[in-house]
Amino acid sequence: MSSAIELRAVEKRFGNTSVIRNVNLTVAPGERHALIGPNGAGKSTLFNLISGYMKPTAGSILLRDQVISGLPPYQINRRGLSRSFQVTNVFASMSVWENLRCAVLWATGYRYAFWKNIDNLPDVRQRTTRVLENIGLTARRGVPAGLLTYAEQRALEIGITIAGGADVILLDEPTAGMSHAETERAVALIRRLTEDRTLLIVEHDMSVVFGLADRISVLVYGQIIASGSPEEIRGNPKVKEAYLGEEAA
Amino acid sequence: MRETISSTVPLYPAAADKLKFRGLLFAVAIALLILPKLFSSGGSLTTFSLVGISIIFSMSYNMLLGQTGMLSFGHAVYYGIGGFLAIHAINIIGTNKLPIPLPVVPLIGGLTGLLFAVVLGWVSTRRSGTAFAMISLGVAELVASSALILRTFFGGESGISANRTRLFRVFDWSFGPQVQIYYLVAAWMLIAVIAMYALTRTPLGRMCNAVRDNPERVQFVGYDPHVVRYLAFCFSGFFAGIAGALAAICFEIANSAYLGAVQSGTVLFATYIGGVGFFIGPIVGAVFVTLLSLGLSDLTAVWQLYFGLIFIAVVMFAPGGITGLLMMHRPLLEAGTLGRVLPSYFIAFVPTAAMLTGFIVAIEVTVHYAVNSGDDSRIKAFGVSFDAASRYVWAMSAVLLIGGFLVARRTWTRVRHAWDDATGAAREQGIPA
Repeated sequence: MSSAIELRAVEKRFGNTSVIRNVNLTVAPGERHALIGPNGAGKSTLFNLISGYMKPTAGSILLRDQVISGLPPYQINRRGLSRSFQVTNVFASMSVWENLRCAVLWATGYRYAFWKNIDNLPDVRQRTTRVLENIGLTARRGVPAGLLTYAEQRALEIGITIAGGADVILLDEPTAGMSHAETERAVALIRRLTEDRTLLIVEHDMSVVFGLADRISVLVYGQIIASGSPEEIRGNPKVKEAYLGEEAA
Repeated sequence: MRETISSTVPLYPAAADKLKFRGLLFAVAIALLILPKLFSSGGSLTTFSLVGISIIFSMSYNMLLGQTGMLSFGHAVYYGIGGFLAIHAINIIGTNKLPIPLPVVPLIGGLTGLLFAVVLGWVSTRRSGTAFAMISLGVAELVASSALILRTFFGGESGISANRTRLFRVFDWSFGPQVQIYYLVAAWMLIAVIAMYALTRTPLGRMCNAVRDNPERVQFVGYDPHVVRYLAFCFSGFFAGIAGALAAICFEIANSAYLGAVQSGTVLFATYIGGVGFFIGPIVGAVFVTLLSLGLSDLTAVWQLYFGLIFIAVVMFAPGGITGLLMMHRPLLEAGTLGRVLPSYFIAFVPTAAMLTGFIVAIEVTVHYAVNSGDDSRIKAFGVSFDAASRYVWAMSAVLLIGGFLVARRTWTRVRHAWDDATGAAREQGIPA
């Protein structure tokens, strides 16, 4: 396996507007790769393309050397790619426990089973319990997800994303809107949960990006203008001009 | 092994809960058994049978609306088809003297409902929301109109009848007397309710809830929401078919009204009024609506109008239905602060009842002049006779309506304050209210 995710000449147009233009990107297995860029650069669109939420206008997307572009999201998910959402996207009226349990069901192989009592599935229970402990919400397990605090909802969002055991994880601004302390906790959580997995993360907080990522790609106006190690990106004049400079000012 | 898991995961239905559940089932079964001994008249037995049928039908509807978030305007299709097939089955079994007893016939109705749901559901469950609602309405109109056209199968306007007593007998039950039909309905109701409850506690059942809450996210945990909706739709069609077959057995006839928009509307009504968010909601709604429709139609000519008003009131003021209203009080009961709101309810009851009385008199008087203006002005509604032409009655209605409203408004504020006080106190004890 040469790459976990590979994008080949991916294009996305809405009508006449090109949102993603000729994007080539390779994320190696086990790598933590950050995608940065100014607002409106197309980072979330790129996530939507990779996860199957949208179909690319041209080009192809590969997951572990197999083409996944054009597949519906659930099939991509079953192949081991899981994503989170920038705006919290959970099952609001269901408890934290039920949220996580729904997220482990397919991966534990129960599919659409209507002949099994869900409370009598030890593997589902153990797995859900483990995820619950990992995201630190054990004490809040019975609370409906819609009633959680913002930071807790973000943690649940990550929990749902990783619960199925996918080995390629896409996180879309997991720390957006968090306080400094909450961000630190979230980063530690992400680091721990994505151990031995491939991570592609969109993030605005540069301390998070440079602290977490092995490699960084910079997306500006739908094009990747630079890709490299944190040091290379920091020293890249094009990036400074297009992005980091603005950010510093 | 089990012990260690349950000790780290204490939220599971413990053995005590399971026992409680079984105890509840047992109590319900006993109650269903002795009910005909307490109310043995033919009329009440028919009422109980209709309530039982309505419970199965409403619960099957709530598999769609409450559990999976699909608003159907055509659920009567599966109910009616089940009914027609049951009648045909009875006739075929009777003529050919097949060794199939009547209690099995509802299963035939259920399988027919399932088959139609399997065929008709795949396209309509592609989307939920408006698209699903509109397709369900279209399919319902299609089937209802073909019921009038395909006369050999549906029997046209008069429908198709059957004699349920001529089938193969077990334990010498002829199913002629209403009490035997009652037991048949009660048994099927118990089976259906248990089955539908069990279904909510399976992986599919939980994914139905997930699809209801957020069909988009479901796709990113590996599930195809279309398949989840489709399966829920099929099960729902199955249980609706059982209900329709029982209704056909009860009346020994099936006609196009079984499939019609009124039937589809009534089940939506009953389920919503009962409370879509709760498993027992449709049970409460089915009991309430069936009894109300049987009772109200004796009391007033415009009972459907009151029905509509009740529905509007529930949608506006109690979106959780009757069950929701009752369940709101559970945290107060736990916290022991229920006593703080009850007095305000009693105080509010008097002027609110006065207001409603004034409203009802106004409605009945208006109906008299709008619909039956040529008739005698002395009318009778809700068992009370009064003169619709009397100024005294008009004035009384106005005073009750306006005066009642003005006073009631103050008592409602009082209820709100008492409510805030009681829930606040409950929250202080750490009980979410």
